[in-house]
Amino acid sequence: MKWDTYKTRAIELALNLAPLALALVFTTALLIATGAPPFEAYTRIVEGAFGSVSKFSDVLIAVVPLLLCAAGLLITFTAGQWNIGIEGQIIAGAIATTWFARAFDLPPLIYLPLLFFAGALAGALWATLAGMLKVYGKVHEIFGGLGLNFIASGIVLYLIFGPWKQPGIASMSGTEFFRKSAWLPTLGEFEISPLALAVALLALALVYFSLRSTRWGLELKAVGKNLRAAYWLGIPTNRRLLGAFALCGACAGIAGATQALGVYHRLLPAISSGYGYLAILVVLLTGFRAVWILPVAIFFAAVVKGSLQLPLAMQLDSSLGGVLQGALVLAVLLFQGVRARWSK
Amino acid sequence: MNVELLHIHKQFGAVRANDDVSITFAPGAIHGLLGENGAGKSTLMKILSGFQPPDAGEILLDGTAAITTPPAQAIARGVGMLHQDPLDFPPLRVAENFQLGLHPQFLLTPARARRELREIAARFDFDLDPDAPVARLSVGERQQLEIARLLARGARVLILDEPTTGISASQKTKLFAALTRLAQDGMTIIFVSHKLADVQTLCDRVTVLRRGQVAGEMQKPLNDQQLVQMMFGKALTALRKPVMTLGENILELENIAIDDQRLSLSGVSLAVRAGEVIGLAGLEGSGQRPFLRVAAGLDAPRAGSVRLAGKAMTRQSYLEFRAQGVAYLPAARLEEGLVAGLSLAEHFILADKARGVFIDANAAHADAARGIAVFQIRGAPATRVENLSGGNQQRALLALLPRSLKLLLMEHPTRGLDVESTAWVWERLLERRAHGTAIVFASSDLDEILERSDRILVFSGGNVTRALTTSETSVAQLGELIGGRSL
Repeated sequence: MKWDTYKTRAIELALNLAPLALALVFTTALLIATGAPPFEAYTRIVEGAFGSVSKFSDVLIAVVPLLLCAAGLLITFTAGQWNIGIEGQIIAGAIATTWFARAFDLPPLIYLPLLFFAGALAGALWATLAGMLKVYGKVHEIFGGLGLNFIASGIVLYLIFGPWKQPGIASMSGTEFFRKSAWLPTLGEFEISPLALAVALLALALVYFSLRSTRWGLELKAVGKNLRAAYWLGIPTNRRLLGAFALCGACAGIAGATQALGVYHRLLPAISSGYGYLAILVVLLTGFRAVWILPVAIFFAAVVKGSLQLPLAMQLDSSLGGVLQGALVLAVLLFQGVRARWSK
Repeated sequence: MNVELLHIHKQFGAVRANDDVSITFAPGAIHGLLGENGAGKSTLMKILSGFQPPDAGEILLDGTAAITTPPAQAIARGVGMLHQDPLDFPPLRVAENFQLGLHPQFLLTPARARRELREIAARFDFDLDPDAPVARLSVGERQQLEIARLLARGARVLILDEPTTGISASQKTKLFAALTRLAQDGMTIIFVSHKLADVQTLCDRVTVLRRGQVAGEMQKPLNDQQLVQMMFGKALTALRKPVMTLGENILELENIAIDDQRLSLSGVSLAVRAGEVIGLAGLEGSGQRPFLRVAAGLDAPRAGSVRLAGKAMTRQSYLEFRAQGVAYLPAARLEEGLVAGLSLAEHFILADKARGVFIDANAAHADAARGIAVFQIRGAPATRVENLSGGNQQRALLALLPRSLKLLLMEHPTRGLDVESTAWVWERLLERRAHGTAIVFASSDLDEILERSDRILVFSGGNVTRALTTSETSVAQLGELIGGRSL
């Protein structure tokens, strides 16, 4: 290899790492300003995430919904759509799964698949609603999605405090626990469900492959880059857009199902835990490249779980993790903008 | 105010929009500025009204050299322009609009503004309700508002860009009366138009621009024939084409009515037979584009019926039309036809509907290489379409058209191509025609229309002629029809 190629690669690498450095500098400055020792804080985060096998299993629990949502968002982003409504779609999935879990008790071999299916279906329907508002009602998907998120949260609260309240008391802690047969099986003493993780990885792999190697994926890309030209080329653009929303919603719905079945074993108001929004950041951070989704999702989940140690050990608020994530995404986007200007 | 433009030059890339243009506009008269699309009228008027500076040349206002950019400077010096699409604020009310930029102190003086608006409106018999939202006004009323605003701001030179397009007959009468009165009061009126009839009625003096240069000037009385000749250059000779045996009716339009933003066409009927070529002549924006879009199924007509090879297709979608063997070649290649960011090979995959679910990268590459060779596109299968030159993008669009077609509709199929590429494109098109494809195309190049079409429809401000047989039509006739004269 020539010296020049080395040089370009080095510059490339520096440009890729610069945003991370910038975000760390920002968070460190923030820690110093509040009088907290930065190095200790970072060590706590890393230990909180990777300090033991059981801690890492907690990280993986957060990775599951992040992967599912990021996989779905790859589809809608490819179609040029900002599916902010993904939070509501997670909730819709969790609601449908809860309903199914409460209404039926079936043999395990078909019970779990049907529970997942119920979540996927509800998520897809909720997302299709946002898609139809966009395609037929000319409502921008960001506004439509935001509205539908509020409605979904409202429905959850109504269900928890109304028809599905615990006998005697209605509380923010949610519904009663599901019957044990509706709990996702876990691995030994750890709380991670291997099944949920496998489903998430499978979803990501499927999306990656479909976007890359199928005609449908290419058509979706064309729709996202130039709707009019895609139509000119004979692509049924409305159907593709609605399909993209539905598939993303299905992924989000499955994420909702895993949250209800595998993590909380019940429906509660914060069932989505903000993983939908966080997944948007994950996808933005990867620059819409599927191969980077897994490592970035693990990193984000590690920051989320690791920063939970801060209040316990250092009397710092765990929101520091969120600050770090947000700063990182902003720094990455900033550097993309700087680069685009440079290369002009 | 006396306006002198001296040796104005303006170049955009390789195009000389204004090439040493010198014109004097005298006060107290209505001065017409006539010319085809792209003749340089708009560029010249944008320079005078301060939207862009000239590359070289001088503007003299009452004998003193003046810089008129930006537009605020122009209006401060008394030069006001009424744009073809009025530069107003549709969400505001008439009175609010009128006030904008009028009295530049911190606090608004709405009562004073309303009084001024009422006075001007009464003087010219304009029908302006100060409380009406601008969005609900007709184009004619928006023009009246804009004229009132320019007058209130002290305009002594009034430039009107195609003001008679899209307004009603009574509004036109009012507009002409107002302009005549303003000229009598000593204002300088510059009337930019391509409509011979309007220029005849209104103007005292006319300057014709052609390809960026002054082609000639004429005082009243104005002679149509001479004006047409100045606009389009020396008379063209129509070529005799080999006679084709025409097949069955492919496209039948009956009593079509179309509403576009400013135009409405109605009562248009046309039958196109297999192997026939129809040219749509007329200045750009006279209704050719909405007409083609309706024929392609991209828009639905307001009234009337569309049939394809005998099959009723009214209000079917473009995808249905496509399935029936209709293709449409848009003028804006990178906006409406090609997907920037995708490669040529990817376009070939998307255009080829026969293939299965999975993409065979090697086959796609081979397909693209073949298309690139046949259509002589300067690019590789992996080249992104936005990196192709305009001419090669056009070749790519042609290469992406389905193999067998019943009807091919095209907007400016050879715009921006050099002579050689143009000839090559038409060779390909005539091959299709020989296989029975009917072709309907719009062009602003009269030579192209006369040379290639069997019959011609002339569009002028929303009016459409019946189909004229090319061999029986003279250039002079076409010029007059384009200028809005009826046969």
